[in-house]
Amino acid sequence: MTFVKIISVAFFLFLVATAWNNPAGAGDRPDFAGAVAALNSDDFDEKIKAVETLAALGDPRAVPVLQALLDSRLSAAEDGRLLYADGDVYRDAMDGQPVTGVDPADLSDVSANNRVRGAIEGAIGQLSLFDPNPEKRRGAARAVADSKSAEAVDLLQRALAQETDPATGSVMTTALAGLQLRDADRTVRLTAIHTLASSTDPTMLGLLERLQDGERDQAVRRAADQAISGIRQRIALIGIGAHLFEGFSLGSVLLLAAIGLAITFGVMGVVNMAHGEMIMLGAYATYVVQQCFRMWLPASAFDAYLVVAVPVAFLISGAVGIALERGVIRFLYGRPLETLLSTWGISLVLQQLVRTIFGAPNKEVANPAWMTGGIDMSGGFILTWNRLIIIVFCLVVLGALAALLRYSRFGLQMRAVAQNRPMAAAMGIRTGRVDALTFGLGSGIAGIAGVALSQIGNVSPNLGQGYIVDSFMVVVFGGVGSLWGTLLGAVSLGVVNKFLEPYAGAMLGKILVLVFIILFIQKRPRGLFALKGRSIEG
Amino acid sequence: MKLMRAIAGVGAIIAATVSSHAVGAAEDTIKVGVLHSLSGTMAISETTLKDTVLMMVDDINKKGGLLGRKVEAVVVDPASNWPLFAEKAHELLEKDKVAVVFGCWTSVSRKSVLPVFEQDNGLLFYPVQYEGEEESKNVFYTGAAPNQQAIPAVEYLMSKDGGGAKRWVLEGTDYVYPRTTNTILRAFLHSKGVADEDILENYTPFGFSDWQTEVSKIKQFASAGKKTAVVSTINGDANVPFYKELANQGIKASDIPVVAFSVGEEELAGIDTKNLVGHLAAWNYFESIKTPENAAFIKQWHAFVKNDKRTTNDPMEATYIGFKMWTQAVTKAGTTNVDAVRTAMIGQTVKNLTGGTAVMNENHHLSKPVMIGEIKPNAQFSVVWKTKDVVKGEPWSPFIAGGKPAAQ
Repeated sequence: MTFVKIISVAFFLFLVATAWNNPAGAGDRPDFAGAVAALNSDDFDEKIKAVETLAALGDPRAVPVLQALLDSRLSAAEDGRLLYADGDVYRDAMDGQPVTGVDPADLSDVSANNRVRGAIEGAIGQLSLFDPNPEKRRGAARAVADSKSAEAVDLLQRALAQETDPATGSVMTTALAGLQLRDADRTVRLTAIHTLASSTDPTMLGLLERLQDGERDQAVRRAADQAISGIRQRIALIGIGAHLFEGFSLGSVLLLAAIGLAITFGVMGVVNMAHGEMIMLGAYATYVVQQCFRMWLPASAFDAYLVVAVPVAFLISGAVGIALERGVIRFLYGRPLETLLSTWGISLVLQQLVRTIFGAPNKEVANPAWMTGGIDMSGGFILTWNRLIIIVFCLVVLGALAALLRYSRFGLQMRAVAQNRPMAAAMGIRTGRVDALTFGLGSGIAGIAGVALSQIGNVSPNLGQGYIVDSFMVVVFGGVGSLWGTLLGAVSLGVVNKFLEPYAGAMLGKILVLVFIILFIQKRPRGLFALKGRSIEG
Repeated sequence: MKLMRAIAGVGAIIAATVSSHAVGAAEDTIKVGVLHSLSGTMAISETTLKDTVLMMVDDINKKGGLLGRKVEAVVVDPASNWPLFAEKAHELLEKDKVAVVFGCWTSVSRKSVLPVFEQDNGLLFYPVQYEGEEESKNVFYTGAAPNQQAIPAVEYLMSKDGGGAKRWVLEGTDYVYPRTTNTILRAFLHSKGVADEDILENYTPFGFSDWQTEVSKIKQFASAGKKTAVVSTINGDANVPFYKELANQGIKASDIPVVAFSVGEEELAGIDTKNLVGHLAAWNYFESIKTPENAAFIKQWHAFVKNDKRTTNDPMEATYIGFKMWTQAVTKAGTTNVDAVRTAMIGQTVKNLTGGTAVMNENHHLSKPVMIGEIKPNAQFSVVWKTKDVVKGEPWSPFIAGGKPAAQ
């Protein structure tokens, strides 16, 4: 009897205690509104508490609100309501309903700092571990592993139990193992180490190294040691692959900058110091095309602007090139010193002209969506889209140019004039016209290079200066007049540079490459591939 | 044919000398020299400051001039060429006899003109944050000293709100400002118990554009398990490809925050900032700060350059404060004589655009507030931390040896 009584008293006390803990009582999710409102608190600690509350509530309504705060789209109206921008409309943070008649001037931003953002990423991770989209679940698993929250292990185990996608499952297993490294039970730690031993994730390597610091158990230490050295080896191998890719990428940029010069300097023998400015004009053409798309075309068409920019840049730079050849350079054939000085002067004029029209500050050229981000390879190595696309693009340009020279009538005339001008003229080729078109072609290709370079660097009036020395280096190294030499020269310089950089630093790496080229030119003054042509005879 | 050649030659000569137009003018004006690069790598940053000085000159002339005389700006273009800075400074002081010079951005250019100003007893107002370790009686430094920018920024990143960073990447452009600043920061980090293996110091040349390897190196360094932050003293053009590469390699501010000392609103205008939200900058001024003074300044700026889209930035505020202080000092001294103005300068006050009052101290450095801002998607900064009061500029860092020379 007394036993029953004790139990009932205990039960009663339990009820009182629960009611006490939950003073709001009846409402099913009483804190949601409060937590959302607390996001606008002045104190970052309060904000983080609110984020954690929202994560613990597990209410999917919180995801768009938290995402908005993460992207700085959340703002507070004057009446204290929180609104988030969703495209052109504002939605109420409480229920996601669109709100009309909002004047952006009346809104004040809800601010976040990086600590709040870290908490939000963890919270969104927890809330979207069970998202139908596997991509989101993978991101969520990674975010949860970083968040170090107490429920993370439990949540991940539950998500893993019902996971059907093998790729997502393995991400979750790794994330879970990372968290279990801190488990109190040594067998759990050992299993976690074994799971991680096959990973190539540098974060996991960091976690294992941190485990080493505090670990007392010898068996666990040994296992961790083995796992660490295994992961290190694999990461080093991936590192070599990464350097190779970076080398090819740098090589492709050098090649793009140099192809045009391989024509104007290589084939025609003109020391064209204004070559960099042709690249710069191409980049500004890209900017102008972008602005036109922004102004007159719907936002959905924006990503196509880069495709349109390629022919526009080719035509503009090509036209300037032809004007340059007809106006100045044709009077200076066979006089390299005068050509050098006058083209250098022209390069300054073009720079100042662009500076006067567009202003000195850099212009923003946005990457289209298909050129941002990258493919996450293992070992923390990311193949970035813009680099990948530029490598392919540069090969396409080179291939097209080679085909033009080899198979078209114009290419034939061009080669004929380059090899023997009087004979070509005797055969009825209008050498003057061929000269102008050849120079235009070289300049136009430089313009195309400008389109690609605007995607990875600055668009400013002195853009060209950074590439002129490199371009000459590649052409001279590869062999004046040879397209394949230019290709090989650019790629080998790129790869050598990138393998030197991690050991010697960016400065010394570049110096070493220059020293190497000087020595090489001593041995083979005509570069990798020597061709016969006017440039050598002259 | 000969004609064409002659035209080409003349074109080259014109281009080389085009923007150096020193105007000879009437005797009864007060001449103000403007020594900012209008071409070359630094033109992106310095052109704005030239316009700011012209705006201030225009403003004071509309209000009736100074000491009853009109003020006249003499603009020269040192073309981002450090020795040319010294030459042009010489020209301004000896040929044009200017009363004061507003100019320089990089520390190399300031070091280059310093002997000229000291020899000719000129007066230079230098408006950019710098590495300290200098104090000349001929220079007034209106930008931040290390204790007004670098040290507070690192302290913020160490704090709980900044993420509690334990491992540091000091990434800079290879010249005097980043190298000296990083020497100071390394000593400061040592004093906070950070070991050498937790610091990675790295330099790249001016205008560096291929950041793939550098950024992967940062990522690798950051994967050692401790919270890592990057302190960037990268200057000029190289910032754009650096931030693009950060975004492409998916480095988020909540994982590895990057705090920059030379990236302001002007530099961000050339970058797509959607993927950079949360990365930081430390300055004494941000355009986004709402005060009546700042609103008026922005309005005046937009009216002067006839463009509503142009941003304002920290060195512009420093130029504004410097110019105002100089006019006040001239009014107080009743002459533009350098020695008299120098004495009158000490203790001058000007209201900051961000609230509070800037004071010129005896060490020729200002007392100013320090702020940390985070990059927002609209290429502006939102302030996440700021000092309660103004901080006095201290050029001589207590963290490194050397220090102030005994006799000036």
